[in-house]
Amino acid sequence: MTLLDVQDLTITLATAEGPARAVRDLSFSLERGETLGIVGESGCGKSMTALALMSLLPERSNTEGKILLESEDLLRFSEKDLCNIRGNRMAMIFQEPMTSLNPVHTIGHQVMEPLRLHKGLDKDAAHAEALRLLDRVGIPNPKARIRNYPHQLSGGQRQRVMIALALSCGPDILIADEPTTALDVTIQDQILELIQNLVSEDGMALILISHDLGVISENTDKVLVMYGGSAVETGRTDKIFGELTHPYTLGLFAAMPKLGMGRNARLATIPGVVPDLMNLPAGCTFFDRCPLASDHCRDASPPVHVLNPDHAVACHNIDDARGKKSEELYL
Amino acid sequence: MTDYSVEEPVLIVEDLVRHYRLPKESLFAEHRYVYALNGVSFEIKKGKSFGVVGESGCGKSTLARNVMALEDTDGGSVRILGEEVVGLSFEQLRPLRQHFQMVFQDPYGSLDPHLNVDRIVAEPLAALGPLTSAERDERVREVLESVGLKSGDISKYPHEFSGGQRQRIAIARALITHPELIVADEPVSALDVSVQAQVLNLLKDLQESFGVTYMFISHDLAVVEYLCDEVAVMYLGEIVEKGRTEDLFANPAHPYTRILLDAVPQPGAAKKRDRIKLAGNVTGQTEIRAGCAFQDRCPMVKNVCRSEKPPLVAVEEEHLAACHFSADVRAKNKPAAG
Repeated sequence: MTLLDVQDLTITLATAEGPARAVRDLSFSLERGETLGIVGESGCGKSMTALALMSLLPERSNTEGKILLESEDLLRFSEKDLCNIRGNRMAMIFQEPMTSLNPVHTIGHQVMEPLRLHKGLDKDAAHAEALRLLDRVGIPNPKARIRNYPHQLSGGQRQRVMIALALSCGPDILIADEPTTALDVTIQDQILELIQNLVSEDGMALILISHDLGVISENTDKVLVMYGGSAVETGRTDKIFGELTHPYTLGLFAAMPKLGMGRNARLATIPGVVPDLMNLPAGCTFFDRCPLASDHCRDASPPVHVLNPDHAVACHNIDDARGKKSEELYL
Repeated sequence: MTDYSVEEPVLIVEDLVRHYRLPKESLFAEHRYVYALNGVSFEIKKGKSFGVVGESGCGKSTLARNVMALEDTDGGSVRILGEEVVGLSFEQLRPLRQHFQMVFQDPYGSLDPHLNVDRIVAEPLAALGPLTSAERDERVREVLESVGLKSGDISKYPHEFSGGQRQRIAIARALITHPELIVADEPVSALDVSVQAQVLNLLKDLQESFGVTYMFISHDLAVVEYLCDEVAVMYLGEIVEKGRTEDLFANPAHPYTRILLDAVPQPGAAKKRDRIKLAGNVTGQTEIRAGCAFQDRCPMVKNVCRSEKPPLVAVEEEHLAACHFSADVRAKNKPAAG
């Protein structure tokens, strides 16, 4: 059975200026032990998707479609039932470990909380389990550290505590939303490796959200590239990076400074800005920035072309985009 | 004023020291210190970009603040255009500040939300002395145009702009006095990839057209490689390696540089790359020890590293490294492709 199956997920947020369509018709699935990467820039809907999976969206929002966790639709669950799922079967690691940990409780208290709520452990058992978890995520000297407050830990250690919290109930799915964006490259390396090891030891499924194509490329099996609330390119990570096809993916890749490109090369830039979610075009959300756009792109949603079983691209001008190098598209 | 039109570097930093005093742990305890900068020296030639890289806690932002004379320095010298700025009072610094300006990391926190773009950008002009309002308006218009903002943006407030546009406003504010030196502390790390590329290209173009000199602080090595002529790698308040960007990146001579370069994730690279990993994080800012700054985390540490401090010595032309075993590090570097 598919562990997680998301079908036609559409999220509309009510804002002062009107409804904003944060996510449109997003579908993907995830098996046990798989790692899915979601990549895109601010406002592309990647964090909203994560919050929707956890049913943590703001109250003034409307979610349509289906989120099937082992064939049960989470969108039909009551708040009480969702509390049994959150932290228990699905857990999330947030970007900023300083603001997502509670500053007035010790880290021990915070790691023990889900253990006592979900697993019904008594205080001593939860304390012993918390020590084991902190040790497992690589906190040095957990016996002393368990009494520390978040401000006494470094950024990398705080993120380790967040991971211990997320893992405490042995979830089936771990969602990591930009888990290393606030960290140094060396610490990022440590944290990503830790997540990878824990995920493979426990056979969990991982959803890794990042804006960094490098992080996604090195840490995932499947990728979903999002722009303006919809998926523009999906498939197996090695297939996608073997042949970047969608004009947006190509632009994103070209805009990224890469080690070894030297000083004389010039970074390509994607002209324009991300679309206003209040007034999305009827057709492709990328049409006003796309070098290949035609009138057709504005009016009709792009069809999904399946290049091979492991690589699909949503674009009207797929034949033009295919085989183009990013440098040819953006100059 | 010294004549700096010939050969004189725009910025000369010599043996800069900055120690922050920590609060006492008890009434009779000795004061402890954070040794943020322990003798940093470098110079930047006119029209060049100098990058400073390192992890958080290595002292790179302290270096920026001290070069900008934003806080008291404990020792050493900072000369901008030949003029010593260490030890000057706030009033003495004021007329000099037109020559060195700063761009901060967070474009949301560094612009006053109550002021419109016109007032934000024109504010540094106060250091130039009296200007007629026509002159002032002309300078504002000119500088906004050079960073790619529209003249209609002049009466808008910061909240009406996106992150990338706000960083353009911050750059315009730094440029308006026609400074020789711009110190930029992580100017693109809060921006999205496509916007980051626009701002980096803007910084490059401005350097070409105005010949401005950059001191560029970043934790992103790829960004530094793209923008900078020279790089210094810092660890625990010291420069551990310094050189021309192409030499240093292609053939690093300090294990810390090698590890930093290896830790950068590469799009399209194989899933598990073979590389040296670094354990732990930066520690030891509050103690003075014998030996190498990097001894606790170095994968190739030997006894001599714990007793003797490696000097910063040349490993090739214009390339310095502070490691007892820099020859071994260089021998292990993979031959450069192509």
